[in-house]
Amino acid sequence: MTRIPVMPDEWVDRCRVVRFRFEGHAFEGLAGDSIASALWAAGQRTQGRSFKYHRVRGILSAANHDVNVMLQDGPRLNTRGDVVALREGMDLTAVNTFGGLAQDRARVLGLFARFLPVGFYYKAFHSKRLFPKWERLFRRITGLGVLDFDTPHIRTPKCYDFCDVLVIGAGPSGLAAALSAAGAGASVVVVDENARAGGSGLFQLGGDEARRLQTRTLLDKVRTHPRIRLLEATCAAACYADHWLPLIDAERMTKMRAQAVVVAGGAFEQPAVFRNNDLPGVMLGSAMQRLIYRYAVRPANRAVVLTANADGYRVALDLIAAGAVVAAVVDMRAVVPSSAQLDELSRKGVELLAGHAVYEAHAGLDGELAGATLCRIDAAGAVVPGSLRRVDCDGLAMSTGWAPSANLLYQAGTKMRFDDLLQQFVPSRLPEGVFACGRVNGVYQLDARMADGRRAGAAAAAHAGCGTAVDITVDAESESPSLAWPVVAHPDGKNFVDFDEDLQVKDFENAVQEGYDNIELLKRFSTVGMGPSQGKHSNMTALRILARLTGKSPQQVGTTTARPFFHPVPLSHLAGRGFSPQRHSPLHGRHAALGAVFMQAGAWERPEYYAVAGRSRIDCIRAEAGRVRSAVGLIDVGTLGKLEVRGPQAAEFLNRVYAGRYDTMPVGATRYALMCDESGVMVDEGVVARVADDVFYFTTTTSGAATVYRELSRLNVEWKLDCGLVNLTGAYAAMNLAGPASRAVLAQLTDQDLSSQAFPYLGVRTGTVAGIAARLMRVGFVGEWGYEIHVPAEYAPTLWDALMTAGEASGIAPFGVEAQRLLRLEKGHLIVSQDTDGLSNPFEVGMDWAVRLDKPFFTGKRSLQIIRKMPLKRRLVGFHLPENHTGQVPLECHLIIADGDIAGRVTSIAWSPNVGRHIGLAFVLPSMAEPGTQISIRVTDGAMVQAEVCTTPFFDPDDLRQKESS
Amino acid sequence: MKLMTCPINGTRPISEFAYWGEIRPVPDADTCSDAQWADYVFNRNGAPGVKKEWWCHTPSNTWFIAERDTEKDKVLRTWLHGDDK
Repeated sequence: MTRIPVMPDEWVDRCRVVRFRFEGHAFEGLAGDSIASALWAAGQRTQGRSFKYHRVRGILSAANHDVNVMLQDGPRLNTRGDVVALREGMDLTAVNTFGGLAQDRARVLGLFARFLPVGFYYKAFHSKRLFPKWERLFRRITGLGVLDFDTPHIRTPKCYDFCDVLVIGAGPSGLAAALSAAGAGASVVVVDENARAGGSGLFQLGGDEARRLQTRTLLDKVRTHPRIRLLEATCAAACYADHWLPLIDAERMTKMRAQAVVVAGGAFEQPAVFRNNDLPGVMLGSAMQRLIYRYAVRPANRAVVLTANADGYRVALDLIAAGAVVAAVVDMRAVVPSSAQLDELSRKGVELLAGHAVYEAHAGLDGELAGATLCRIDAAGAVVPGSLRRVDCDGLAMSTGWAPSANLLYQAGTKMRFDDLLQQFVPSRLPEGVFACGRVNGVYQLDARMADGRRAGAAAAAHAGCGTAVDITVDAESESPSLAWPVVAHPDGKNFVDFDEDLQVKDFENAVQEGYDNIELLKRFSTVGMGPSQGKHSNMTALRILARLTGKSPQQVGTTTARPFFHPVPLSHLAGRGFSPQRHSPLHGRHAALGAVFMQAGAWERPEYYAVAGRSRIDCIRAEAGRVRSAVGLIDVGTLGKLEVRGPQAAEFLNRVYAGRYDTMPVGATRYALMCDESGVMVDEGVVARVADDVFYFTTTTSGAATVYRELSRLNVEWKLDCGLVNLTGAYAAMNLAGPASRAVLAQLTDQDLSSQAFPYLGVRTGTVAGIAARLMRVGFVGEWGYEIHVPAEYAPTLWDALMTAGEASGIAPFGVEAQRLLRLEKGHLIVSQDTDGLSNPFEVGMDWAVRLDKPFFTGKRSLQIIRKMPLKRRLVGFHLPENHTGQVPLECHLIIADGDIAGRVTSIAWSPNVGRHIGLAFVLPSMAEPGTQISIRVTDGAMVQAEVCTTPFFDPDDLRQKESS
Repeated sequence: MKLMTCPINGTRPISEFAYWGEIRPVPDADTCSDAQWADYVFNRNGAPGVKKEWWCHTPSNTWFIAERDTEKDKVLRTWLHGDDK
């Protein structure tokens, strides 16, 4: 528990002392330390409290595979102490304590353990009545960290990258794979989640300097290779389709597209399961080695090594090299294969016990490890009675087995099989372009891992089109790296399988007894593997326990689904700027200067109304509409979709896509256009203008513009008519000059004869307005004499200014979308998608006139022929409220109720100053469509409002305002 | 993210593409029964298998046909309408 002399590849910088606070006390560490290593070096072994029983916890994996040490670092929640680098001035507190780490009041929960059985949450949440109570309690006692709502907003740009071969893991096999792939000519990127590359090759040494040098040599070659980029402290968090992987570093996410992927992620060492295996001081063998070689920290002064593989003997030798006393090496196997390490330990006089296990660990007064009771076990793993014996120790290394870091392989779609000799899942069928090597592939010997890496690297490069795959023989393992049953029973329990969730062996027994005997059910019931470390240290043991309890093989039990992400990814890395386009009309600046309040219309921002100081929104809207009726108004309608179709078969094309008829329409005329889909439902509307014999200019709705253009393009490809389609939506601007004075205003700016004879209603003319080439259409959407003027977008502000100036004497004013909606409602004009829905056909909205069933073909015709034969299910009608109506006013989508049933709904409603009452459109049953029918509308609070069906238009029913006064 | 190959613009991420639907035989509107037409309009075959579909490379508005194995989630080939005849 102190710093040891300089290690050759240590991460710490001895010249730079880092000061920090932990739980209110001042500490010192070194630059390069993790928080946990600095605390351990300072003798602070208790570093966290467990999630459920609030037991003291220390280092377990030192590799981000557990969350024993979870800390709050200012606004940063759930900082993982075992891997996060120490920073000067950090002020850290353990999460999940009541009154601090040392005196956590919730530690009494451990005494009530038997009242918190497995499936407790499952059962507690079952009752709806008690749910809120339990929820409040759980949120208080199991919270992880405190959210700071003032956390600054961090912008995290995304990065995009490409390579031939992406190697995940920079241990011996990954480094060998990278060199082999790069040697074949591939561009290679190697990522490793650790702060420094080298992996186990630089810390699992068994005191053998040659092993370190082998890895060091590979690493030096990788660093200097011109075709290899080595990204340290970067985690490949997922593996998506076509080799698309998010690479997460401290700053950002990089979206990597690789031609081939080599997974060399190694293996997670797995805890042995015995009573009190969670005391601070009990840790994985590899954790001790990381402390020694990365941070130059002696993990313990007097240690017991519990093992069942060759790795444990190297742990013992590494401990001795770090100056610790190894009290005993306890091997759970009955027969231990001979090895140089065994001989060496024997020479050093270390007590070597075969067929033994740790029965339980003991805590001292400080709650940390002070000793262990050893026992003999039989071939089935059962404790031999009378064989217990206590050993004093302050460190206990667990080195009894591994689980492959196969998460990304599973995500990529790899089929895995359980290898009985290795006691591990290994890939049996890899997806195309995905390769595995090293321990994740079941290869453990150092030389064999490097050979396996060379093989996988060459194969990956070949897949990416560089070189050819080579046949490299990889030696089979001579002994199993994992023990089939690393579990020691104890009547008093507290033998933990999942450290995140405080799950003990008996929890699994109870779960299986309750019938949760399938791995997916067991997981959900017991919550094993559902904690922050997602089962990295617990899933394999849980699977072994389930297999034993159900008499199945691990292969039959199978694994749970591995999903992204491999490690938690900060939300700030995922959040980013939206890429949804927002469009501004070329007149946006004019609108803003006029005080426009903008609203979203499809991708566009459009003026909802123009605000006037001291006047309410609705008053502004009514004033704008009133100006159009009394004088003249100007509205920007440039957001409409504007398309042009040219060619000998342009008319035929329009005949096919719209319900109306356009081949018979003369040049200079416009016609309403209604678009249906194949089922006869109205999907869009607009106006078609015949500009020349073979040139049609037509509009679509604002929100439908992109979809309509795309679909018409497709139809043009499919039909191969002799015509071409151009999208002029952005290229053209359009404004509607409407009102009794509109003709007088326009006349000042154009030579075009504006008389009704020369330019009748629904005509289109090409001319100049204010010197700008323009297309002019006589329209009547708002029910006034009016002109829609289309000009190239860049001239829009000039035209706007010219019209506003010319209209000054007439009292011109701009009007927004809301005023336009009111004006068109007064005329009873529907808006597709406002007054129609995804089921509306033209007949039920009274648009029979727009449908020409006598045409040979148009989209939707066959369906409309069928619909025509059937009785209507509903009708769109006009309605008004009584003139003296007071009280609540219905809103859009309020339901019409008849005899207690839904009989329709309101689609539009507004108070009309010109009609002097509320008017609206509504879908009603056909039986209610007759003018004069009384309808009941249910408003928000459930009250009924009476209304009367009436004819439309509500205002100027004979369209006199659009005609030349006689 | 998956990749798809536009016959004009080459291999691009799938987010640049829009799916339209399977290309299905259209019954003869003049001779088919109302029921046959309704079946064509409303019913789709969701069973996985090799399907021919309309796809659009949206930035360039290029419509083309893709043959896709929806069971294996693989794009088998793509071509411009008419090029296969």
